[in-house]
Amino acid sequence: MATTYHEDGASGVATGRDALGRWIGRHPIAALAIAVAVIFVLWLVLAPWPAGFEDVFGKKRLFINALFNGITLGGLYFLVATGFTLIFGLMRNVNLAHGSLYLFGGYMGYEAGELTGSWLFSYVIAFIACAIVGIAMQFLIFRRMEGQDLRQTLVTLGLSIIFSDLMVWVWGGNAIQIDTPDYLMGPTATPIVVAVKSGGDAVFLQYPRVRLVIFAAAVFIGIAMWVALNRTRVGVMIRAGVDDRDMLSVLGYRVQLLFILVFAFGAGLAGMAGIVGGTFQSISLGEDSHFLLASLQVVIVGGMGSIPGAALGAIIIGCAEQFGLVYFQNYATVLTFLIMVVVLALRPQGLLGRS
Amino acid sequence: MALAETTGIAPLGTQDLQRSGALSRLATQHAPILILGLLLVILPTIASDFILVQVVGWSMILGIIALSLMFLAGYGGMVSLAQMTAAGVSGYMITVFGASSLPAISLFWPWWLAAPIAIVIAVAFGTLTGVLSSRTEGIYTIMITLAIAAAFFYLTLQNWPIFNGFAGFTTIPAPIAFGINWKHPIPLYYLILFFAALSYAVVLYISRAPFGLALQGVRDNPRRMEAIGYNVTAHRVAAYSFAALIASIGGILMVWVNNQISPGSAGVEASIDLLIIAVVGGLGHPIGAFVGAIIFVLLRTFALDALVSVGLDGRRFQTLIGLGFLVIVLFSPDGVIGIWRRVATRIGASNGRTTR
Repeated sequence: MATTYHEDGASGVATGRDALGRWIGRHPIAALAIAVAVIFVLWLVLAPWPAGFEDVFGKKRLFINALFNGITLGGLYFLVATGFTLIFGLMRNVNLAHGSLYLFGGYMGYEAGELTGSWLFSYVIAFIACAIVGIAMQFLIFRRMEGQDLRQTLVTLGLSIIFSDLMVWVWGGNAIQIDTPDYLMGPTATPIVVAVKSGGDAVFLQYPRVRLVIFAAAVFIGIAMWVALNRTRVGVMIRAGVDDRDMLSVLGYRVQLLFILVFAFGAGLAGMAGIVGGTFQSISLGEDSHFLLASLQVVIVGGMGSIPGAALGAIIIGCAEQFGLVYFQNYATVLTFLIMVVVLALRPQGLLGRS
Repeated sequence: MALAETTGIAPLGTQDLQRSGALSRLATQHAPILILGLLLVILPTIASDFILVQVVGWSMILGIIALSLMFLAGYGGMVSLAQMTAAGVSGYMITVFGASSLPAISLFWPWWLAAPIAIVIAVAFGTLTGVLSSRTEGIYTIMITLAIAAAFFYLTLQNWPIFNGFAGFTTIPAPIAFGINWKHPIPLYYLILFFAALSYAVVLYISRAPFGLALQGVRDNPRRMEAIGYNVTAHRVAAYSFAALIASIGGILMVWVNNQISPGSAGVEASIDLLIIAVVGGLGHPIGAFVGAIIFVLLRTFALDALVSVGLDGRRFQTLIGLGFLVIVLFSPDGVIGIWRRVATRIGASNGRTTR
């Protein structure tokens, strides 16, 4: 609901419904197409496939797995990209060191996990560690060059080079896997039929529990952020700052404090995402640029500075990557790239961004 | 207009004045460049093959590609991270259409056919980049071009039918043309020198030609240029095409010198290195690209030994580069040539004369 997020937040839900209605009224064909597509995908997921389908899409198990992997990967991308887009929206700072923060959070979480043995506690450590780095960056450097977009970006670039080299120094070049805690180990049965046995018994999808739990956590964080942005005083200040930073500071609000807060929060989220990434896959040298790229694509597709846009973009990019891996291995990145091109051609400001 | 005064680019109003001064002025103003050019021409008589190709030649190639970035960023105000990618596209294409050790992919067409095709494809790629990034403005450019560069990197990494995955291509010989084997260090060096000088001169020329001036107008105030009838988007896209042309020449030379190309050659890190080169050298003048490149290559070649000799860990080379880059960005936004100019002005002032 990008529209609601940008409009008057005091009556969020009501305007949300209105805005959706208005949008449908204005674009009836697009709305119909989206509704049909959603129903079609739901049917694809829930119903057992007719015979002809498997010839086109391959095994249903593959399709469903790609979809689930894509959506859960989207949850991870959302955690990374949402900080990136908040920092960009409020401070006009393209933080190219965001990938380094992700990697740093992963390493710190790994160390904390090794030390205390608690997976949940490592999130706290990663959040705090990255938030401190973020605060230092904003307080020591970016505060001094406000309004100079390009210079700030170049500084983040320099920082990302130094960070990644220092991290190689400390943690080496080998991939590190963060262990999934016992209570999240193993698969969970889902009510989704992936195949029907010759005897007529339905085979249900088994999916790793940890990925489902983490996706749920990402959704929870997303909703919490939406509520915070729309219902709290700080949220109102942040939205006002995204709209007009100068006006906000003229009105006597402490913009610098707000900047530090947002930078710390965005960096901390990236750090927590590092642990998620380390649990899903692994963390290693080069993952920083991988997740920086993912954040860029998510933000370009979803709309710059928009949290709902980051959510939509993250799901799209995550699914595109996973489906690309399953259906056209040699050209998987071309698919995400093409999505970006199409979005830029049709809506340069991103799907949920404002022009 | 400190830029124009000290480097001999005439500001608009003084162009007629300058013409009357003619040759003697030209000689004195361009003395450093002329001396440098002479030095580069006679370098093969004194330098070893390693210095010739791997240090000076490689610097000039990086300089050519950085020059394309300098053109876009300095004159067009568009900081593109996809210039190394444009070079990579032409580098890959010359191996796909030309010769390599992979007969399954390479078509083994002669160089006079393969090189122009590679350049045309790279220019098309650059134009597409321009069309895409001109859709948005300002700081978005850096995000979109970085995303494009990264997408190309992952494409080359994953794609086997055309780009041969992470292995890339090896044993790519420079051609034998006009009876000269361009693989040998001295002909190769002169080939690079020729194209470096040519692209430098062309960029300098275009910066003062109507197109370059209009581009600088677009950089400074797009709305005003639009209002007086210039097509802002067309100028931007054309700048991308021209920059890709220069970068593609650098890309082909890069492949011939390195004798190989792999995803890392045009990866994200290489793109960022290129931006560092251009910014450290200075975006204010074409020579900055080459200054940045020689500094970068000297550091890359000798920093390891230097770091070890003062008792530091030689592997922290990247930190050194990053710190140097930070210092430049924080304290001299116009790069090394900016520092050079300020020093020159101060010396000039203390000698009791101005630089003009």
